[in-house]
Amino acid sequence: MPKRITVPFGPQHPVLPEPIHLDLVLEDEKVVDVLPSIGYVHRGLEKLVEKREFTEYIYVAERICGICSYIHSNTYAQGIEKIMNIEVPERAQYLRTIWSEYSRLHSHLLWLGLFADGMGFESVFMNAWRLREHVLDDMEATTGGRVIQGVCKVGGVRKDIAPEKLDEMLKGLKGMEHELHDLTNVFLNDSSVSHRLRGAGVLQKGDAYTLGAVGPTARGSGIAIDLRQTGYAAYGKINFKPVVEQAGDSYARCAVRAKEMFTSIDIIEQCIKKIPDGPVDVKVTGAPDGEYFARAEQPRGEVVHYIKGNGKKNLVRHRVRTPTFTNIPPLVTLLKGCELADVPVIVLSIDPCVGCAER
Amino acid sequence: MTYFQNAKTVLKSLFTRPATLMYPAKPAKKTPLSRGHVTIDPAKCITCRSCQRKCPTQAIIVEVKEKTWQIDQMRCIVCACCVEVCPTKCLTMDTQYPVALTARGGVTKVTVAGPKKKEPVAVAEKPAEKKE
Repeated sequence: MPKRITVPFGPQHPVLPEPIHLDLVLEDEKVVDVLPSIGYVHRGLEKLVEKREFTEYIYVAERICGICSYIHSNTYAQGIEKIMNIEVPERAQYLRTIWSEYSRLHSHLLWLGLFADGMGFESVFMNAWRLREHVLDDMEATTGGRVIQGVCKVGGVRKDIAPEKLDEMLKGLKGMEHELHDLTNVFLNDSSVSHRLRGAGVLQKGDAYTLGAVGPTARGSGIAIDLRQTGYAAYGKINFKPVVEQAGDSYARCAVRAKEMFTSIDIIEQCIKKIPDGPVDVKVTGAPDGEYFARAEQPRGEVVHYIKGNGKKNLVRHRVRTPTFTNIPPLVTLLKGCELADVPVIVLSIDPCVGCAER
Repeated sequence: MTYFQNAKTVLKSLFTRPATLMYPAKPAKKTPLSRGHVTIDPAKCITCRSCQRKCPTQAIIVEVKEKTWQIDQMRCIVCACCVEVCPTKCLTMDTQYPVALTARGGVTKVTVAGPKKKEPVAVAEKPAEKKE
């Protein structure tokens, strides 16, 4: 029997954008066991609800993560609005949907770049980030922030987008689409990429379900879960189908994200065509009294914000369950039995966002 | 399965200008809505402390007696809450980022005008009470 050795992986590692530590137990070059540990970037944001008013806390909630920031604020606002029975104007709902999809686009482009970099394909990394810049420019022109938008508030949104700007945004996205096709073509059809990804880290459908995988990790294994189908914000009025792949390997997870970008562009197009006129926010008075589980689909999967208030300006409890946290048990299963050289690619394939997971 | 799927993009990028900007030699692209940093017009501030109360990170401290307004750039998250709530519009959002700091600090303290002195209002004379 070969001797077992333990190799520490992370928290500082060239492929890891954020700190997660994995103890890899190896037999020769094969990973037989994985012990994950987190806690390197814990900031205690949830405790801050006791000191900040619930309307100001949304800016703190948005800063849980630097990539899926907008959707965190959206989910938090949804929770408060449900507790306080606030009816958000329809235009605000559509604007929230547009910004959510923009944030998904930029997150997936970021991830495709990092993934290519993890495989050693640096020119694709640069190209993905160049395309992401178009998305970020539109975000900045409409919200004022590139990655931290700060545009969502309890009771609506803070900024409106002029109809001419909406048309311009749509034109820009349509112009970007063929460049996106060129980019995703590399991930989907290039032989060297598929040689690296196919068969690396296979997650069976049953495992994905029992381990509670969410988002593209689950959809890459053939489970058609997508929280957008519950119809929060304006998703109920939009036609779309979740992208599902059956293979369950790194290639399938990559393909889900690559194809989801086109779904996002399609959703934005439908929103821009259907968006009604009207106000974008309502005045909020009083304070939340009650509790609610708000759920939404982030680029990485389902996020849950648990909010509890007692009728005062400060909330009593705020708890966030982020998609990366849920995807760590499937990651451990994925890594068992793989080669050491495949570990970076497999870790990146679940799109780990540790800043989110630890808050 | 094919090879050289990225060749088209690579060839195209060989003959185009770089997508990056030489920041800070050239100023960053900014839009009118961009949030860079908060600036104050000291002459208009009335030390009402609305900005201090609304600030989610407690970056702003207003001393009413000393008539000073202070912001900690390291704490400020540039959410523009203070700009929205300011009653005299003395706070504005500059579109350019603040200069990078090389050490802890970044506290800017300015002396402001303070509340306007109330003009003496002519008090309506009370009707003389009837003597019984």
